[in-house]
Amino acid sequence: MIDARILAEALRDPATTAALDTTGWPALLAIARAEQLIGTLAHRLDGLPMPGVAARILADARASAEQGRVAALWEAEMARRALAPLAMPVILLKGTAYAAAGLAAGSGRSIGDLDILVPRARLDEAEAALLAAGWEWVKPDPYDDAYYRRWMHELPPLIHRERDRMIDVHHTILPRTARVTPDADALIADSVALANGLRVLSPDDMLCHAAAHLMADGDLAGGMRNLWDIHCLIAEFGTAGLEARAAVHGLGPAVARAARQAHALYGTVIPGSWRVWDSHDPLYRRRILARDGWGRPTRKWTRLGFYIRSHAIRMPPMMLARHLFIKWRKEG
Amino acid sequence: MRHLTRLRIGPVGFRVGSDWRGPIAALDDLYRDYPQPEGGIPDFNVHLFAARPWRRVLRPSVQIGGDFVIPDAAPLPLAQGLLAAEMGMNLQMALGQRRYLLLHASAVERDGKALLMTGMSGAGKSTLAALLMARGWRLMGDEFALLDPATGLLHGFPRLISLKNEAIAVLERALPGGRFGPMLEGTPKGTIRHLVPDARAIAAMTEPAVPRLILFPNYGFAAAERAVPPSETFVRLTQASTNYVALAERGFDALTRLVRTVPAQALDYPDTATALAQVERLWEAA
Amino acid sequence: MTRFKTAAPETLRIVPLDALTLIYHRASGITHIVDSPVPEILAALAPEPLAASDLMARLSERFDLVDADPLALAARLDELVATGLVERLCAI
Repeated sequence: MIDARILAEALRDPATTAALDTTGWPALLAIARAEQLIGTLAHRLDGLPMPGVAARILADARASAEQGRVAALWEAEMARRALAPLAMPVILLKGTAYAAAGLAAGSGRSIGDLDILVPRARLDEAEAALLAAGWEWVKPDPYDDAYYRRWMHELPPLIHRERDRMIDVHHTILPRTARVTPDADALIADSVALANGLRVLSPDDMLCHAAAHLMADGDLAGGMRNLWDIHCLIAEFGTAGLEARAAVHGLGPAVARAARQAHALYGTVIPGSWRVWDSHDPLYRRRILARDGWGRPTRKWTRLGFYIRSHAIRMPPMMLARHLFIKWRKEG
Repeated sequence: MRHLTRLRIGPVGFRVGSDWRGPIAALDDLYRDYPQPEGGIPDFNVHLFAARPWRRVLRPSVQIGGDFVIPDAAPLPLAQGLLAAEMGMNLQMALGQRRYLLLHASAVERDGKALLMTGMSGAGKSTLAALLMARGWRLMGDEFALLDPATGLLHGFPRLISLKNEAIAVLERALPGGRFGPMLEGTPKGTIRHLVPDARAIAAMTEPAVPRLILFPNYGFAAAERAVPPSETFVRLTQASTNYVALAERGFDALTRLVRTVPAQALDYPDTATALAQVERLWEAA
Repeated sequence: MTRFKTAAPETLRIVPLDALTLIYHRASGITHIVDSPVPEILAALAPEPLAASDLMARLSERFDLVDADPLALAARLDELVATGLVERLCAI
């Protein structure tokens, strides 16, 4: 039975695609599109012999990823210009950071919204400057807005009225409701400046953030792409000092689990002591690989469990009930 | 998926899977003369599926999925499964096409030169293209035209011609021997009937053409023609393209080259007979 | 004094059509369709960033602008800053 292992194998060892046939290629391409890894795959397979149609599709994907990279870096530049008069540290996160810093994780990566981190004490100033520079609130709903401001680790999302692109302004990397609270001051203090004055997290903090995002912040959707980020970051920066840094943020277990999954999926080199699977690991793996040969999600029951779990981790139980109730009522 | 078919339209291969046999049988019948995807590998996948398992049998409604989807696409009744399949393929082109600059336009060819027609929905670009096909032009497509940034040539996408409401009878009269699909009543756009492009359009579907004239038809007005300056043509065509931005500088180059080298005319017309005479005259003058 | 800096010339593809000019901005991937005096402003700013008053002087001597008006120029500059084709450099 086909699942997303076909994609993991192709990323891990591009030469394995030589064995693909007219069932394998369409499945690989469909799953890579569904996982938003088609640009990454295209870069990994660049130059290898393959059927003409596959080569064309992947060439298109490389061009598309390049356009996405330009647009993402431009959003970062416009945010830099808007915030420059405030002279505060502005730290790029996730895909935009990888692209801006020229990291392997950014090669061909699809990049969505612009995510930035600023000091919590200066959030209001940042918000005002962005609003003055053409960004607007996305959600007019006062409940959503109050919810974000009270409990989330970011401002409610803003969208630029001309460019139609979203920005998420974070003051830390996990919601305030989460049981672990990363050290936001340390994230900012140890961040690294780029040539244009924008900043990125230190390599260990990038890894901590990617792991937190995968294991605590989401429902594992996009798991393969997140794990590819983690794989590339570990390959580029190694794991020396990572365990200690993760402990500072309370993210030791999340980082270890993410590293184990990356190792299992992509052959990431990690310390032997991290390779001991716990009882939940197989379930995570099943969830991460749940795709059919058309790229469609499979294993609905596994997925549902993760959705409930994801919300449970982010919010204490009473708050979860209140949140769901308000959502149900609104959706009738 | 339970049922599936593969086909190629112009340079683009599709794999369509369905929970039901009906939509696949309709595609297999109407697209029977079309080739397979090159090398057996499709460019795009379309899935027609039941949103809930029981919806496969109980008041079945077809959800449109694929490599590229819009989140809130409303499902269609199973009787309109063919339309759902067509919409699914259109959606992949509109959202996923990255090789060619995709223009929401119809195109016909004569002597290796292409006539492009684009305009608002209801402007008559499909009907005019089908009628020009009936008069001996080669149909390149009634919905999308593909401009190759590498060559400046126009590639066809001769999918089934989608005829709506009054246009159905017009074409049934113009092409008494034409192959038509089932009459689909009560669709979101009224009554729809598909027309299979003629044998020549299918046989020559991978042959590109040199763009020669761009028309912006506008139905329901007294006959009038007006030369459209390149800057206005540029703006109108960016608005008629779903992937202009995604193609980045390649798209800019392709489109500036097109508008600087190919004349454009706005064409108001009161009825199709008048329009066809206007088109032939403008073509000769171009 | 606030100065204005234009996008580097190698990041711009400028294609004059009829009355209007197309500008493809490589750094942003955005196409701009502009009228006079936008191409003139970008050309005047190309050698070095300028304050608005200096830009006005430069435009008057090079392009013979008939309706030289500081307020109109300020409005055009605000629009160009919003597009990103021009960056506002704050006084230090």
